[in-house]
Formats: sequence, C-alpha cells, structure tokens
Amino acid sequence: MSSSSQSSTPIKSTGLHVGEIKPGVAKKDPILVADGVRRQFGGLVAVDVAHVEIPRNAITALIGPNGAGKTTFFNLLTGFDTPNEGKWSFNGKSLAGVSAFKVARMGLIRTFQLTKALALLSVMDNMKLGSTEQPGEKLGASLFPFIWKKKDEEIEAQAIEILTRFKLDTKKDDFAASLSGGQRKLLEMARALMTKPELVMLDEPMAGVNPALTESLLEHILNLKKEGMTVLFVEHDMHMVRHIADWVIVMAEGRVVAEGAPDEVMKNPAVIDAYLGSHQDTDLGTVTGRITLPTKGKDS
Amino acid sequence: MDFLGILSSTASFILDPTTMAYALAGLGLAIHFGFAGLLNMGMAGFMALGAYGYAIGILTFGLPWYLAAFVGIGASIVFSLILGIPTLRLRGDYLAIVTIAAAEIIRLLLLTAVFTDVTGSADGLTGFNGTGGTVTNPTPGAGGFNDANPIPSGEYGFEPFLDNERTWFIRIVGMLILVGATFAVWRLVNSPWGRVIKGIREDEDAVRSLGKNVFAYKMQALVIGGVLGSLGGLLLALSTNVNSSVYVTSLTFFIWTALLLGGAATVFGPLVGSVIFWTLQAFLGLVFPALAKAGLLPFTGIQAAQIRFIIVGVILVLLVIFRPQGIFGNKKELTFVK
Amino acid sequence: MNLTATTRRAMGRLSAAVGAFVLAFGVLALGAPAHADVVNPELPYKVSGNVQNEGIGVNGVLVTVTGGGGFSAEVSSDAEGKWTVGVPERNADYTVTVDESTLPDGIAVVDNPETEFVESNVQTVTVGPGGRVAMNFFIGQGERNTVSMVDQIVQRLISGLNFGLMLALASVGLSLIYGTTGISNFAHAEMVTFGAVVTFGLVGILGDSALPIAIVLAIVLSAGLGWGLDAGLWKPLRKRNTGLVQLMIVSIGLSLAIRYMYQFFIGGGTEQLPGSDAPQIALFGSVKLSVVDMVSMCLSILLIIIFGWWLTYTKIGKATRAISDNPSLAAASGIDVDGVVRVVWVIGSVLAGFSGILWAYFRPGIRWDMGGQILLLIFAATTLGGLGTAYGALIGSIIVGILVEASSLIIPSDLKYVGALVILIGILLFRPQGIFGRKERVG
Repeated sequence: MSSSSQSSTPIKSTGLHVGEIKPGVAKKDPILVADGVRRQFGGLVAVDVAHVEIPRNAITALIGPNGAGKTTFFNLLTGFDTPNEGKWSFNGKSLAGVSAFKVARMGLIRTFQLTKALALLSVMDNMKLGSTEQPGEKLGASLFPFIWKKKDEEIEAQAIEILTRFKLDTKKDDFAASLSGGQRKLLEMARALMTKPELVMLDEPMAGVNPALTESLLEHILNLKKEGMTVLFVEHDMHMVRHIADWVIVMAEGRVVAEGAPDEVMKNPAVIDAYLGSHQDTDLGTVTGRITLPTKGKDS
Repeated sequence: MDFLGILSSTASFILDPTTMAYALAGLGLAIHFGFAGLLNMGMAGFMALGAYGYAIGILTFGLPWYLAAFVGIGASIVFSLILGIPTLRLRGDYLAIVTIAAAEIIRLLLLTAVFTDVTGSADGLTGFNGTGGTVTNPTPGAGGFNDANPIPSGEYGFEPFLDNERTWFIRIVGMLILVGATFAVWRLVNSPWGRVIKGIREDEDAVRSLGKNVFAYKMQALVIGGVLGSLGGLLLALSTNVNSSVYVTSLTFFIWTALLLGGAATVFGPLVGSVIFWTLQAFLGLVFPALAKAGLLPFTGIQAAQIRFIIVGVILVLLVIFRPQGIFGNKKELTFVK
Repeated sequence: MNLTATTRRAMGRLSAAVGAFVLAFGVLALGAPAHADVVNPELPYKVSGNVQNEGIGVNGVLVTVTGGGGFSAEVSSDAEGKWTVGVPERNADYTVTVDESTLPDGIAVVDNPETEFVESNVQTVTVGPGGRVAMNFFIGQGERNTVSMVDQIVQRLISGLNFGLMLALASVGLSLIYGTTGISNFAHAEMVTFGAVVTFGLVGILGDSALPIAIVLAIVLSAGLGWGLDAGLWKPLRKRNTGLVQLMIVSIGLSLAIRYMYQFFIGGGTEQLPGSDAPQIALFGSVKLSVVDMVSMCLSILLIIIFGWWLTYTKIGKATRAISDNPSLAAASGIDVDGVVRVVWVIGSVLAGFSGILWAYFRPGIRWDMGGQILLLIFAATTLGGLGTAYGALIGSIIVGILVEASSLIIPSDLKYVGALVILIGILLFRPQGIFGRKERVG
C-alpha cells in the first residue's frame, strides 16, 4: 500500500460519538442500533451484544478474533438469522422479525464472506439483478416485454457506469464463473451498489483478494462514504482497518469489548488481550496486521 | 424383418400425444430444475392430478370438459402450494425426497379402494371423453371432448401420420397447448423474472440479499412447472383412460431422462428430448423383438421388448456423467451447480 | 345477462369442484366398501367362491381379498352367496378374509363338512398358472373366529417388528452410504432386490434343498455387487468431483437399468422362494407366526448385533463413523477415506441383499421391482433416525415397520404406506436432522 496513492490519505470522520468512549457508546447520528441481541447455538452463546450503535456516513470496522461472532452478528442484523432475543433498528425502524429480503429493500445491503457471485449468470445479469426498480421481475409483467424493456435499458446503462468504475465493463458478457476471486468480490460490491443502498455491510471484503486488487477495493470502499453511504465491514487485516475506518468496534466471544477511533482502539489493552487470547500461538505479525491472516472457510 | 414398418411406427411417435405430454411435463421440470434449481422428483404426482382432475371433474362433478380441465390444473396449483409452503426452505436433496413421497401419496390415494366411487381404484377411470370415448375404450355419451371435434370424420394425413379425425383433434389440441406453453416459458425465462429465478438457482442467499422475495419466486416457479405437468397429464387423459399405474415414480424418472437428453436449462430441450426419448423407445421396442423373432437375438420377444428400459437407465447415467448440459444445452449453462 | 349468470354459476361450480377434489384427497375418509358381487372384473385373474350355510348361499357377507403390492379389494356375496374378485397377478398368493361381523347372528365360519379341514375366517389362496382359484367358506352354528383387539394389536406389533428389522438391514446400509459419501442412493432398492433374485436363481440351479447354500452365495455375490458398484462407478465419480445432485440422478438411472434387467431375467410376475408356505405356529391367543418369520427375525437381530459391534468396536467401524461425522477432518487425520467407503459399500450391499431375501418371504414373493416398493419406506426410516446415523436408522426402521403394520388396524391396508410417507415428509419439514441426529450449527 504505497503512500503515494491518492486514497491513502482518506479524510477521517471524527467526533462520531457522544460522551465518554466505552463499549456501546451513543453516536451523534446512528443509522443502526442494536440492543440486547443474543444468539445461542445449543449451549454456545455466539452473539451477546448489549448495545451498539453504528454512526451514519462513516466507515465502521467490526474486528475480533475468529469465532468472535462477527459473521453471526452480520447475519442477525440482515435477517439471515434470527436471534433468541433482542431489538435492533435501522433508521429508527425496527428490524426484529423482518425477513432478509425486506431488510435489503430498506436500504441495508450486505455481501458475504464466501463470495456469492451468481456463477452461471453473465456479469451484466448479475448487475441487473441488483436493481430494485425493474417491473418485469413481477411474474405477470415479465410476459410483456414492452412493460420492462425500456427500464432494462436504463438499468443496463447504470450497470455499465458502475462496472466501468470497477473496471469490469469489458467482462460484462462473461459468465461470473470466469472471473477471478478478487473480481468476484468487486462484482459483488458493484452489484450491491445497484440497489442504491444506504448502509453497505461488507463481510471480509479483502479475504482472498490478490494484492493488486486490494488498493482499488479500498478506494471503492472510501468512495461509498464519499457518495453518502454508510459502511460497516468485518476485517482481519488491521492495516486496512487503521487505514480506512473512522470507527472500530471490537468483538470477542460474542460481546462488544471495545470501541473507538482506530488508533485509540489498537492501544486498548482489552483489544490486545482479545487478540492475543486467541492468537497465542500465531505469529505476532498477524496480530499487528503486517501479515494478513489466511482466511478460514467459515467464521462465526 | 419389416424395417420400413418399424421406422414408420417409430416416426408416428413424433406426433404422439404421449410425446407431447412428456414435452409439457419436461418443460415444467425445466422451470423447476433447469431454471429455478428446484429438485422436483414428484412430477408424476402433478401429472396424475391433471389427468384425474379432468376425469373426475367430468364423471363426478358433471362439468363440461373444458371446465373439467381446469379442475386438474387447479388441483396441481393447490398441490404446489401445499407442498411448497413448508418445503421450499429445504435443502435440494430433501426437497427431492419430499416431492417423490408426496407424489407417491397421491398415487396411493388414487389407487386405494376407499375412494373407488370417485377414482375407480385400480381400474382407473374411463368414458369421460364423450362420443367415441377414448381410442382404446369407446363409450357412448355426448358433450365430451370428442364431441367438440370440428374435424369431419375420415382419415387424414399421410403415412406414418395417416389417422382418423379423433387422433388429429388430440394432436392439434396438444400441439396448441405445447406451442403456447413453450412460447410462454421462452418469454418468462428471458425476462427479468427469469433472471431472478436463475439467480436463485445459483445462490438464493445472494438473491435474497439483493431484496428479492426468494420464497415467492420459488413458489411461482413451482406452481408454473406444476401447471405444465398437469397439462401433460390432461393431454394423456384426453387421448386415453386414466389409471394410477401410469403415474408411478418411473414416469418421473423417464421425464427427467427426456429433459436431460434435451438440456435442462433450455426452453426447447424438453421438446427435443421427449421426441428423442419416445422415438428411441418406440424404435428399440420394435427393433429388438423383430431381431429376436428373426433369430438374431437369443431372447424371447417379451425380453427383447424390455431391453429398451435398461437402455433408458444407462442413457440417464451416461448423460448425467458425461453430458449434464444435454445434447443441445450450453456447456457453460449446465445446471448442476450445487 | 343470462350468459354472465351461467358463467358465474359455472365458475362457482368449478371452484366447488376444485374444493371438493382437494377435500376428497385431503380427508382420509373411511368410505363404505363397494357392494357388488363382482369386483375388478377387468383384472385378468380371478379369485372367487361362495359362502354357504348348510348348502344355502348367504347374502351380503363381506369378503376382503388382499395380496402383494398393496392390492386389496372388498366384495359382498350375492343372494346365492357367490362372490368374485379380479386380481392383478397369477402365481401369487392372496389372503381371503370373511368379515364375521357381517354374518347373521349366531353363526360363524366352521369346518368344511366334507374334508373336515379346519377353517378359519382368514385363508390364503394361490392363484396358479390357470389364473383362477376358488375359496369356499362354510358357515354354521359355531364359535366365531373373532380375533380380540389385544391379539390383533400383538399380531401387528410382532409383524411390524419383523418388517422393521428387515427394513433396518436395508436402512443402516443406506444411511452409512449417505453418511460417508453424501449419495441419496436410489439404487439401494435394487441392491435389496438383488439378494432375493440371486437366491431365487441359485435355488433354481441347485434345487430347493440347497436354500441355505443359495442364501450364503447370494450374500457373497451381494458383497461383490457393492464392491463392483463402488469400484466401477462411484469411486471414479468421486474422483471426478461429481456433484451430489448429479450422483443422485446417476443412482436413479442405475436403479432403472438394474430394475429392468431383473425384469428381463425373471419376467414381470411373482416367484416364490422355497419355504414361503411354511406353517404358522400359534403362539398365544390367536397370534400366529410362521417358522420363516421367526428365523427371519432371529437372523435380523443377529446381523444387526454383529453390525453394531463392527461399527462400535472395530477400527474400520470407528473410521466409518468418523467420516460420517466430518469427512475432511477424518481425511486430514489420516483415515483412508476411499478404503473405508469401499468397505461401507460392501457392507451396505450385504445387508441390503439379506434384507431382500427376508423381504421376499415377508411380502411374500420375488418381483423385479420388490425393492422399489419399499425404497421410500427405507428412506423414511433413514430420515426418521437422522440421515447418516446408522443407529438412528435402526430405530427409525423399527418405528416405520411397526407403524406401517399397526396403521392397517385403523386405516385401510392399501393405505398403510401413506402413514410412513407422511411421517417422512413431516420429519424432513420439522426435524430434518431426525430424532437422533444433532442439529447442525448454522452460520
């Protein structure tokens, strides 16, 4: 990550919180608020978040050792899993019991740790699926092309514009299966943008991406904020977190153990503890972010 | 050995109502499996509902034939809903076992002596098609499907398609249904709706995360495919009697074979596959006994006629292993993604 | 106006029709049997007879004829006491039952005055090559052969246990194969049939008295079948990384090919193994069990115990469970997955083949599609116990076996499989991990 790159000096949002910094601190303008969210698998408590707020129009990183419950928390917030108890709301509207697709329609879009590019659809069809405005997706209307043809062309133009930004425009007619792992990550993010989201939740956007693409991915994430969106992402790469995040939330054993601005949080003994606690036998380099951890198959 | 005769009989299957029924049911399976990724192993159940719904509509409820046809279609829709509401959340192979069991329950309910008055039990139902009855079982009566035949009586066409007005009427009606259904499916799968269900086939969580109501789409696909299956059953009922011994799991497997022959994720695959399946069946069913009779094969005639079914099984195995996209399918769009 | 009214009425009738159709199939109503002297006249073969009270026909006696493949028909005797039932198969056994509650008061089925052959109200007849058989019932003053409810229940429970143990032999194999390879093996039905068909073929060559040798050879050949299927088909497909759905459809194709191959060799009829007409031994009350049933139950239990010991205590058995639990972990810890899977196929095939022989006695009869008739029950049993868990499959089988047999006390016997299928669907919907499987952690 060369410092000559324009994106390496992102403007950090500051003053996001209200009052003393502690886990669950109130934010000036929260977009997402979770309260007492608990998820249990048998005897194991995977997530037990007392209170957390995600600040609007900022980039928030969710970090923590493997098994800290980050992905499960993502699943709970987006309706892909149901907690045993708890309340959480998006823009003041409660999301408890709201199914995943409705959550997405409200403007809260997520990506997945294991990239979910639709392999046997073309890149363009992947993108078009992101649009929420196509009337031809209704069964009845789909039989009559005159209803949806014009809209489809508009969507295509919009898709090409985004694909160009992500440097995927030349691939638009290829099957998504033919893309490299990093390109699929880009496609998934580009597809998410087609829905015009307010809050983008990225689950390990850097996992498995080759270094050549890392920088452009970072830039895209920063651009999301520039365009007025809010970003919440899970990441293991501390270097990246420090680089782009405005705010960091640390999870360990299902709980939020620390919060704060990146540089402050990294000094927090609780954080070092949480990381060292689970990485006692790994190279310290991985903890400090100088070496990227190889991503595991599934993280909860 | 009358080789020309065999070829002629074989060719007659191109326009056979059974071939068209397979094509319709195959089209339904293409929607279910090829496009939406739903592993339906109970197509025979949908077809049974189409056929029995029609026959029962006429015989028990006294409906005119064109309304009775909707009883079968309606029954298949209800069946889709009953089956789909709880099962569409299941994993693929679980769905397969649930659908095969559900189809078997339908068959057993049609077979049991408990409902003999309505279903005819093991005898099935006959004589619901009006004047002239069915080809195999002529019965008197008026106001049925056969009485609606506008074609004057007589022989039409040329060998091997030289047949009477009744056969031609069924062929034409079958052809109209088939062309209409194929066109509708072609429109559907090339529309934004089709894009969504193909996306669901690839990864339903991804599509869900984009704000699509995955469950509703899967249900729509299940119902549409089920209706196409019931139309296939209806076509069988228009041309002959209905009997529960037809709607066994083997029927489902044969339709899968026809579908995979043509290509599961294609619109014309089921049609082409059914024609290949039936002409091959007819040809092998005639050529092996003829060879046995001529002393060229050391089997009895009955044995020789069985060989074709063994071959169907072998073809299914080879297709799935070596050419899962079907004869005409696009290798890139082969459907076994999971 | 008129037209609209007609249309509306027609639409109303249509929706009523749809509703009624759904109702007809949704509600399991116990309809009255068809009252006629001839039932199923179009079926090619006939079972007929008359019911006489001192030489005079008795009208309106309910006679039930049941046979293999779920065949069942009810008929009432006519004014002359005669009845006829068309049946689908010849060279097959049918059970004829007189419902003694439909006899006039005070009389029951009694001995035949001419032959002094003791008769009960339940008789087994064999429709021979001629396709016709007569069964006459003589009734008179006498004690009714009523089977008490308790006896019926006990009889059904024993029969169900026998059936369940037989299913278990097939299910544990299917379950192990599913657990170690992920294949929903539809061709398991044909592995079941294999044991019976091969035994039948060997008995034909070696003679009836060589039945034990034939059974042993059939089991050895079953082992060979399992070995051959894995070596020739499944292992190469594993190497190709063929998807699970593909494997399932391959197994369907294989099932079709093998099934019709049986039909090619033994024809479409039903054949009997020697000893299938073994006498019934009264145990207590009216509960009876044939020698074959007893031997069959003992052998099933013995085999299951050996199998359980193998799975629990031997090295390969432990490895099998490890692979079912977590294949990649097992492979990583140095277990030879391919070798174990090969053993699983052989054992699964042996158990299935043996259950096929028992099934041939239980049905009774050998048919080319006899395995297919119980395939869904095997799936039901496997699913009930938890897919991939052998012990679960054992319990699941016994539950399904008893359920199927006992349910015919309440519902018509031609619907007895429906109960098991409903359970199969219910389990998949509400507890897909089965009654013993562990709930996998999601997410």
